[in-house]
Amino acid sequence: MTALPASRLPAPLLAARNILTFLLRSPTSAFGLLVLSILILTAAFAPWIATHDPYAQDLNNVLQAPGNGHLFGTDELGRDIFSRLVWGARITLTIIFLVSIVVGPIGLIVGTTSGYLGGRFDTVMMRITDIFLSFPSLILSLAFVAALGPSLNNAIIAIGLTAWPPIARLARAETMTFRKADYIAAARLQGASPLRIIVKSIMPMCLPSVLIRLTLNMATVILTAAGLGFLGLGAQPPLPEWGAMIATGRRYMIDSWWLVTFPGLSILCVSLAFNLLGDGLRDALDPKQMNRR
Amino acid sequence: MENPILEVKNLCIRYNGAPTDAVRDVSFTLGRERLGIVGESGSGKSTVGRALLRLLPSAQVTAEKLRFEDLDLLSLSEAQMLKVRGRRMSMILQDPKFSLNPIQRVGHQVAETLLRHFPVSKSDARVKTLEMLAAVKIRDPERVHDLYPHEISGGMGQRVMIAMMLLADPDLVIADEPTSALDVTVRLQVLNILDGLVRDRGIGLIMISHDLNLVRNFCDRVLIMYAGRVVETLNARDMDHAQHPYTRGLLAAQPRIGGSRAPLAVLDRRPEWKEEART
Repeated sequence: MTALPASRLPAPLLAARNILTFLLRSPTSAFGLLVLSILILTAAFAPWIATHDPYAQDLNNVLQAPGNGHLFGTDELGRDIFSRLVWGARITLTIIFLVSIVVGPIGLIVGTTSGYLGGRFDTVMMRITDIFLSFPSLILSLAFVAALGPSLNNAIIAIGLTAWPPIARLARAETMTFRKADYIAAARLQGASPLRIIVKSIMPMCLPSVLIRLTLNMATVILTAAGLGFLGLGAQPPLPEWGAMIATGRRYMIDSWWLVTFPGLSILCVSLAFNLLGDGLRDALDPKQMNRR
Repeated sequence: MENPILEVKNLCIRYNGAPTDAVRDVSFTLGRERLGIVGESGSGKSTVGRALLRLLPSAQVTAEKLRFEDLDLLSLSEAQMLKVRGRRMSMILQDPKFSLNPIQRVGHQVAETLLRHFPVSKSDARVKTLEMLAAVKIRDPERVHDLYPHEISGGMGQRVMIAMMLLADPDLVIADEPTSALDVTVRLQVLNILDGLVRDRGIGLIMISHDLNLVRNFCDRVLIMYAGRVVETLNARDMDHAQHPYTRGLLAAQPRIGGSRAPLAVLDRRPEWKEEART
């Protein structure tokens, strides 16, 4: 790490700054970072950015083309599409945030414990993840939503339930490579219990790859959420969820292209941004490439 | 010997799935002294060390007697074993490059031993850690405390390792080739530190090594192992009067400054040594 001796920042901040400068150096991850910061700012300042009330209907003004005071036009109920997209950013971020904080810890805990303990516990946990992995994630979330009832919260729960197995697998694979290492033996020699070793030695080692996987996963989460919204099982109208907006706009797609194009572009941009950022993070957090900084 | 720290009688170790025992009928006792175990690669030296700490989950360990102070090591549960490891018995590993956790600061790793075994606060642990780092002759322990393992040299790493394992004041330390990964000049330094600490604190030390000279100078007694068996037990100063042909072979295979320039003797390994009855 290129710790600048002049800076007096505390260590975690310094590390964060290093990663940030590394990300900004490559154009693709800088683009990802830019799009995501725009997304976050948009969500945070939605009431000031949106030009109209996202729920206000204006039936005299339906299906207006972009222009005329409506930046991205209006939908079939005369609602301003730009404002709906802006408010929809909040929903998208909520979904991503909630899914990630559910999925990350579950995957990490299941993966590291089964990787470290091995034996029967490992077999049982891995067969459970196998069951989850054997369904396409959209189908499985569909099943969960169908059981729980369609709503945004249930969609989040369903996505969370289906997104942890790949992360658990990754954490387990990482753990398997570390558990035989000498420093784990040294920790055992100090008298550390398995729990202490998993929490203090193994989890920090797995964290970078899990974080990267989580970031890459966010793109999938957005797509699944949009897919569920499109199928009418996610956010319910009149919530301005991007997938649901595409679903309702589909009927007018031939004559009014702007109804599906702008939400579609938003989904594309955001999931692309997460993918690029995940790629950049992989380079930034990979210890083998530390010397390139 | 009165009051031995460790008594081992007929220790046998067999790795799961292996056709024969990796270690057979190893017996020795250890008081407050320095015992060396020497042998070739694969003769079972390290396996004995690890078996004493019960760090071999994939092996069957049997013995007539395996007594560490008041504890029977064979019958202890894993939870009881956790209290023994690090606190009363610990082990110094071979290569500091691999045996220190690369993503934890050196000081935190050393302090782990204390935090695990004693109800101390973090600041107290820090003070004790700094003292211990100073005791292993690390200059400027305040600075080293906050470094990562890749930022310190190998010799320093090994001293950190020693600090880590001696911090809780164990009664028995097993040093598994503690100096093989170090160069010759640093080796002596590390050995001196280890020697001083062992002497001052009255710790029993088992030194596993393949370096005959080191062991004969450093230890009080020496076990010579061959193919999983102890072929001879000697006082270090009686090394020249070794009886067993294998020990003699090992000694003869060493070059000597000022010795004869003739080719060194080739080590003779006879299969019957694996089988012969213990003497």
